[in-house]
Amino acid sequence: MSSREKILSAIRSLTLESKALPDIPNFSNSGDLVERFTQSISGNKGEVLSKGELEEWFSSSGFSKVISRSSQFSELATLSLPEDPHALETLEVAILDGQFGVAENGAIWLEDRQLGLRALPFATEHLVIVLDRNLLEDTMHQGYEKIAAAHSGFGLFLAGPSKTADIEQSLVIGAQGAKSLRVVLI
Amino acid sequence: MTHPENAAEFLKDSQKAKWHDETLWFVRDKRDKVSKGIPEWEQLRELASGIKDNVLANLADYLEEFERNATKNGIIVHWAADSEEHNRLVLEILQQQNCTAVVKSKSILTEECHLNPYLEKHGVEVVDTDLGERIVQFLNQPPSHIVLPAIHLKKGEISELFHEKLNTEKGNEDPAYLTQAARVHLREKFFAAKVAITGVNFGIAETGEFIVCTNEGNADMGVHLAQVHIACMGIEKILPRRKDLGVFLRLLARSATGQPITNYNSHFRSPSPGKEIHIILVDNGRTAQLAREKFRNSLKCIRCGACMNTCPIYRRSGGFSYNSTVPGPIGSILSPGLDLKKHSSLPFASTLCGSCTDVCPVKINIHEQLYEWRQEVTKTQGEFAKGLAMKLASGIFKSPLAYKISGSLMRNALKSLPNSLIYHPLNSWGKNRNLPDAPKESFQQWYRKNRS
Repeated sequence: MSSREKILSAIRSLTLESKALPDIPNFSNSGDLVERFTQSISGNKGEVLSKGELEEWFSSSGFSKVISRSSQFSELATLSLPEDPHALETLEVAILDGQFGVAENGAIWLEDRQLGLRALPFATEHLVIVLDRNLLEDTMHQGYEKIAAAHSGFGLFLAGPSKTADIEQSLVIGAQGAKSLRVVLI
Repeated sequence: MTHPENAAEFLKDSQKAKWHDETLWFVRDKRDKVSKGIPEWEQLRELASGIKDNVLANLADYLEEFERNATKNGIIVHWAADSEEHNRLVLEILQQQNCTAVVKSKSILTEECHLNPYLEKHGVEVVDTDLGERIVQFLNQPPSHIVLPAIHLKKGEISELFHEKLNTEKGNEDPAYLTQAARVHLREKFFAAKVAITGVNFGIAETGEFIVCTNEGNADMGVHLAQVHIACMGIEKILPRRKDLGVFLRLLARSATGQPITNYNSHFRSPSPGKEIHIILVDNGRTAQLAREKFRNSLKCIRCGACMNTCPIYRRSGGFSYNSTVPGPIGSILSPGLDLKKHSSLPFASTLCGSCTDVCPVKINIHEQLYEWRQEVTKTQGEFAKGLAMKLASGIFKSPLAYKISGSLMRNALKSLPNSLIYHPLNSWGKNRNLPDAPKESFQQWYRKNRS
């Protein structure tokens, strides 16, 4: 007997009382979505800013390796998306469009379509996500309702920069992935 | 070694033990604050528990549905009855890829299967890429906590370790500096690895996708750069529907560290063009636990670690004292199912205060199961000394005269017996416990004087 059969038949040999799958109510919270989303992102150690503020940061930083997949900031790109993700090793900034954000925790949904290369939001040194302020959802329940049956090989709820507290519980931003997250609400 | 023996070892460094206790309590406190901001928190716990009940009642069907959908999406599904088979399957995939160096993100399951030593024995270098896990791997230690693997270490120790392993400045204990050094070291490994291994937080039957949550982004750094992704998943990690993730992702990080969500929550549904995703569904004692009606609920666990952070015993004895892959209260009800003899002291590593049950996001009745395991342990081992004491006490309580005499004897004895006798090494109850001051008179004597 294969292990597959062994496992399945071991489970099926048990008499297990049937338990109904509960329905999930449509929980919602009060409060302004933009305000709550902004608070959540800053709690996750990211930053929400305006288009003008981002352009200011950009012109003062002098980045030379930038990939932009957002039509809002296509003029800031200095590189096109490579074929091999290993070419992202020294990438300084990636600019992506987010599909929608979740106010309760700042999570932003991204799929293959936005990413181009799955490694992009992780391997880059700094990450910028452009998000329509009208596309904010209340909680994760509405978030999953919105994704519903959409099909992407890879999907990601991204809520902040790479962070760790593994050394004596001291929070450090920029562990293995992106060292910063800036969300531009338009 | 038993849990009390190991705990005594941990407590020798009293300052560090105090720090450990306070730090974990701080994490527990963060969990309380963030959960109070969610008015439907208790309803979410109820829902999560109910969804898991349904999963455990229909596990075989959900596993088949998951397999069907994952296969349709181009994921290669494997089944492993035990840890040996799991390890062999991983090695076979690595050998097919001619891979001798692999990066691995946090996976309690691969710890449970002792995958690292197995692969190393077969000439494969394994790099744990979660910062805390890399630290304990450098020290040849297992993680001491399932969410905070290096919580038993102070930054001075890590600084010394990194000086030796990563050539950092001697004496520089700045966490930001040390983390940056690890970043450079680990990124080199990510960009060189052909195969990446991850654990799995949730597998979705409806879609055949699986979800991996991290804060560091290390799982994603590994798998998106590698050619092949191997995901190792315990069969109990299944959820029926995609929308169930709304419930579980709201609970997981809040319960674990008090954050509203982990920063990276990746949904793997099919491989990038030209790449491979393998998933190994592992039993390793889970169907046996499912068969134990009293302990079945322990399979609902989502590995958040909240029960450890709140446990007065865990905080004061450290993860290593349990000598079990999953330590703390949940480990103490999971591990006896794997090896009752080895883990027989764990169900007793609890005050049965029930705090673990109160914080559990999937409402596992942990403290009740600890009590049940005690019955199982005593059934198989028996406790002669305690049995004798109970018989003696029973005789005393049956006779009013014996009760009166023994009470007065005890009050006098406690006053006059030397400490060396009360806190004698043979009396394990005397260790780290102070006896209360004995009252001058019994309640009966007091009543006669004051009320009659």
